[in-house]
Amino acid sequence: MLSYTIKRVMSLIPVLLGLSLIVFFMIRAIPGDPAQIILGQLATKEAVAELTKQLGLDQPWYIQYFTYLGGLLTGDLGESIKTKTAISQEIWPYLAATIELSVCAMAIAIFIGVNAGIISAWYQNSWFDYIAMVLALIGVSMPIFWLGLMEQWVFAINLDWLPTSGREEVRNPVESITNIYMIDTLLQGRMDQFWDVIKHLILPAFALATIPMAIIARITRSSMLEVMRSDFIRTARAKGLRMFWVVYKHSLKNAIIPVLTIIGLQSGLLLGGAILTETIFSWPGMGRYIYDAINARDYPVIQSGILVIAFIFVMINLVVDLLYAAIDPRIKYN
Amino acid sequence: MTNAPVLDVKQLRTSFFSEDGEIPAVDEVSFSVNKGEILGIVGESGCGKSVTSLSIMKLIPQPPGKIVGGEILLNGENLVASSEKRMREIRGNEVAMIFQEPMTSLNPLFTIGNQLIEGIKIHTKIGKKEAFQQAVDMLKLVGLPRAEQIMNDYPHQLSGGMRQRVMIAMALSCHPKLLIADEPTTALDVTIQAQILSLMKDLNEKLDTAIVLITHDLGVVAEVCERVIVMYAGKVVEEAPVMEIFKNPKHPYTLGLLQSVPDVRENKERLYSIPGNVPKPGSIKTGCRFAARCEFVHDRCLTDNPPLYKVNGAEEHTVRCFLHEQGGAVSG
Ligand SMILES: Nc1ncnc2c1ncn2[C@@H]1O[C@H](COP(=O)(O)OP(=O)(O)OP(=O)(O)O)[C@@H](O)[C@H]1O
Ligand code: SF4
Ligand SMILES: [Mg+2]
Repeated sequence: MLSYTIKRVMSLIPVLLGLSLIVFFMIRAIPGDPAQIILGQLATKEAVAELTKQLGLDQPWYIQYFTYLGGLLTGDLGESIKTKTAISQEIWPYLAATIELSVCAMAIAIFIGVNAGIISAWYQNSWFDYIAMVLALIGVSMPIFWLGLMEQWVFAINLDWLPTSGREEVRNPVESITNIYMIDTLLQGRMDQFWDVIKHLILPAFALATIPMAIIARITRSSMLEVMRSDFIRTARAKGLRMFWVVYKHSLKNAIIPVLTIIGLQSGLLLGGAILTETIFSWPGMGRYIYDAINARDYPVIQSGILVIAFIFVMINLVVDLLYAAIDPRIKYN
Repeated sequence: MTNAPVLDVKQLRTSFFSEDGEIPAVDEVSFSVNKGEILGIVGESGCGKSVTSLSIMKLIPQPPGKIVGGEILLNGENLVASSEKRMREIRGNEVAMIFQEPMTSLNPLFTIGNQLIEGIKIHTKIGKKEAFQQAVDMLKLVGLPRAEQIMNDYPHQLSGGMRQRVMIAMALSCHPKLLIADEPTTALDVTIQAQILSLMKDLNEKLDTAIVLITHDLGVVAEVCERVIVMYAGKVVEEAPVMEIFKNPKHPYTLGLLQSVPDVRENKERLYSIPGNVPKPGSIKTGCRFAARCEFVHDRCLTDNPPLYKVNGAEEHTVRCFLHEQGGAVSG
């Protein structure tokens, strides 16, 4: 397992290099003089020249790239033009907010999706199966923004059960330690704030979870149905094993492999969806950070924001790959 | 027989239900297995052998399948009427089963040890250590070298023959009274086949486990079985002790099967095979089901359903064919 892990991590090096190259050229692909565009038509020549120098655009591209890459390797993500602060210093609160939201959404999607898929497969063609699969079909075709707005309208405005937006009660702000508020409030023993945080999380997390949940449910169901027909399932039943264990031990472990692939892919889409959800629910995460940067034409921030999100996506898929190997002993040997 | 049979199947009828209606894959099949005996069930593909054995385990996929009639008496207890809970106690404990495909019959994601111990712990209340030891002992019993190491191996690390030995070890780990082996050697090559068969015969004597050996190969039957029933299109067409069936085969289908057994001495270019195919169950409503492929077919065969007849001058030999009606029909 260790040598497999090392092998997989090594194989990420070209991927990450490619990623840095793409992000690097993105900013250079802006037509015209980036410095001019960033500063606007009314900027003075001197200001443009200064920014050009600051962005290193007066150097040949390969020097620029290696400077940039060297910076990345030391954790330097550049400096925000708007706030004049190092991006690596100001990005974490936003990133933490997005991570908290995405992780919760993914946990909901996996827990409900996998179990609904299992029950649907187990009671194939029952009313549960039909309803779950119709819901899943609706779920995959649901636009997030519409769902988010509907949720707000029903649960926040009409029923007044949950807050419409934000991450915390404005009058009772969370004192941040890690910036993952669920952890922070627990660390401080502030249960009142902990529930506040959960309440704020529910609507955006469900909005974000809907599509991956629906997809995971469908994949789990079909993959379970296939596995349940296998010979080894018959063997397990012939031993006298209870159906519950046949399903949750023998079938699920086999059926989860294709589900993992989907989870890996979906977490990429989820990060994209998070940005949309954050806009609807005024969630102060990466979406907000990048959105504001776009409005301010703060190119270094846009560049680094995209890089960080892409990096997380690559890491999630690394974890998925390692999980494959942990689950399926046949993978390591090939 | 002085002993009561371990298994007594009476008029078993298992059907599959589809849009086209009922398909009787096993149609009023009766046979019994005595204590410690090896009974062979032969027949071509699709004649209902697996459905018969899965019916005994009550593992017919339902829907679409269902046992619609008859009795399956295991030491006098009717399994057809037993609850699923009772069946779980029986499976793996009193009746065990091994399957044709050793490559896919073990879960690829769990170690051999895990799967063996799981089976033992379902039926006995012993600790992990003892269960582990018992599993190792079983692996040794089925002739696997370095048993302790195999406990930590995954199925893909073993050959087909080794996996089938593991399956046998797993099946016998709770000392069942009856082992159903559904074509246990079909997927293996010839030398391994012979080894597995002699292992089964060996264990049958050592542990006194009765075996139902399902196969489409009469050569296998000759090697290990004491008695044999021949099935065709969901029906038993002939039943006899092994010596008798080879010396004195009666049913035209059995004759055909015997002609298609490869014989090393004759070294024929091509093996004889019975022309035609097993009819789809339920497709023949009247007359003998073998009529379409039978060289002795006559008018009556097309209209009447032949009952089982006793074979004149032979012990325990019955046949479902009008050519042998002089022996008199037996009930059922
Ligand atoms: N799941 C099922 N659904 C519908 N029909 C089935 C099903 N399983 C078996 N049958 C029917 O039962 C018949 C007998 O099948 P069975 O598997 O018992 O044959 P077999 O004698 O074991 O053949 P083989 O040598 O190929 O294993 C088949 O022809 C098929 O029509
Ligand atoms: S009953 Fe008729 S058709 Fe059937 S096996 Fe006998 S002779 Fe052939
Ligand atoms: Mg079969």
